[in-house]
Amino acid sequence: MNLTLKVWRQKNANTPGRFETYQARNIIPDMSFLEMLDVVNEDILARGEEPIAFDSDCREGICGMCSLVINGAPHGGHRGTASCQNHMRHYKDGDTITIEPWRAKAFPIIKDLVTNRSAFDRIIQAGGFVSVNTGGTPDGNALPVPKTDADLSMDAAACIGCGACVAVCKNASAMLFVAAKISHLNLLPQGKAEKDRRALNMVHQMDQEGFGNCTVTGSCEAVCPKEISLSFIARMNRDYGAAMLKGR
Amino acid sequence: MYEKITGENAYQVPMRIYPAVHYTMGGTWVDYNLMSTLPGLFVLGEANFSDHGANRLGASALMQGLGDGYFVLPYTIGHYFVSSKQPKPSASHAEFKKAEADIKAFTSRLLSIKGKRTPTSLHRELGKLLWEKCGMARNEAGLKEALKRIPELRAEFWKNVNVTGEGGGLNQSLEYAGRVADFMEFAELLCLDALERRESCGGHFREEFQTPDGEAQRDDQNFAYAAAWEYQGPDKAPVMHKEPLVYEEVHMSTRSYK
Repeated sequence: MNLTLKVWRQKNANTPGRFETYQARNIIPDMSFLEMLDVVNEDILARGEEPIAFDSDCREGICGMCSLVINGAPHGGHRGTASCQNHMRHYKDGDTITIEPWRAKAFPIIKDLVTNRSAFDRIIQAGGFVSVNTGGTPDGNALPVPKTDADLSMDAAACIGCGACVAVCKNASAMLFVAAKISHLNLLPQGKAEKDRRALNMVHQMDQEGFGNCTVTGSCEAVCPKEISLSFIARMNRDYGAAMLKGR
Repeated sequence: MYEKITGENAYQVPMRIYPAVHYTMGGTWVDYNLMSTLPGLFVLGEANFSDHGANRLGASALMQGLGDGYFVLPYTIGHYFVSSKQPKPSASHAEFKKAEADIKAFTSRLLSIKGKRTPTSLHRELGKLLWEKCGMARNEAGLKEALKRIPELRAEFWKNVNVTGEGGGLNQSLEYAGRVADFMEFAELLCLDALERRESCGGHFREEFQTPDGEAQRDDQNFAYAAAWEYQGPDKAPVMHKEPLVYEEVHMSTRSYK
């Protein structure tokens, strides 16, 4: 199949960007979206021009590096799918596809479709450590975790930190990401000791980074490649509120 | 997940399964404390060679990462810190300056070639060569052929690769070309090691060494060792060090998949 791509090209954060049009030729429907871009980049390179810069790593939907806004939807808008697992069979021969980077103040553009998502790393760092007893390895099952808590924590831990939630949100809010990270640890006995401090510090860092607030439209949940539930935001608000009341 | 990737429903159409390159066996040599030959450089997880031999099972990355990080390193790195007083390194150190100059020379060399072939096309050619000559089944003739072809391909890479852009900012073609340059060296070592090991074991199946019914035939008499190859510098043959596999409580036996 042959496609027309409108791709956002930008040299760096200080240079204005623009859309460039490229032709993607002889694309096989079984290719992933990123493999299609690889083919286009080979064409560009053969002409002696600079290929389109885009982030990717595992290409199996578990690392959170790929980050394309495809036709206005982060990751292409297929439920529970990252850009790398979005396959070309979803498109028709002759389609025009628009590809943009994540757009948010807190994610400055590095080049073309690559944005700097270090703000997420700083939020994680603000969460701090988890207290553990040093010494020998504890016995398995020495610390009982209720099944429901373990399952919920696991659901939160599924977040791969790609930032699609921020990219789709009209407020560029990172609440779904922060909620997933806070809930993941706060639900487990190992994370209980620093529960309050973690909620306060991570929310504070989120505000510092310039992310917006949540108006509960749920668009984040809809585009999340890991289908993280909006209810984690409610859980985060509760943890944050409780910590505020305790004044810690 | 399978349906997402292939567009086929495995309940209606048989699943299509095929072999693919996953990891390379082995890794950086480390001692029992997980320290490499560079004092102070500890290597954890699958980056080191310690847990996986000729074979590697799925999900092992997690197992070795947890094993090394949970059971070994907490007890060994502390010892290193307290028993060796190192001065605080600084960027004005001669070795640092040399490394920086080397990297700058390496990138400007890649950027200045301006040849006709993309890094991907050279990477693919190397990959296909290894797939065919050093893949799931290999033999002496094929490995020798690969060992002849790889230096030629490497020479072509350094003469005819086309890397666009500049060295200052983010340049993914430059990053990629740097990796392909490494693969060109590593591929040669893989083939050399496969040629040297005249037995079949695990993922290494030498066609010359098989049982009458086509199973891998090990030679514990001559090859019960891990081969650690020492880098001697560019364009110099690496030197092999043998680490014998000595078992006290368990006895080596042959696993049967039948």
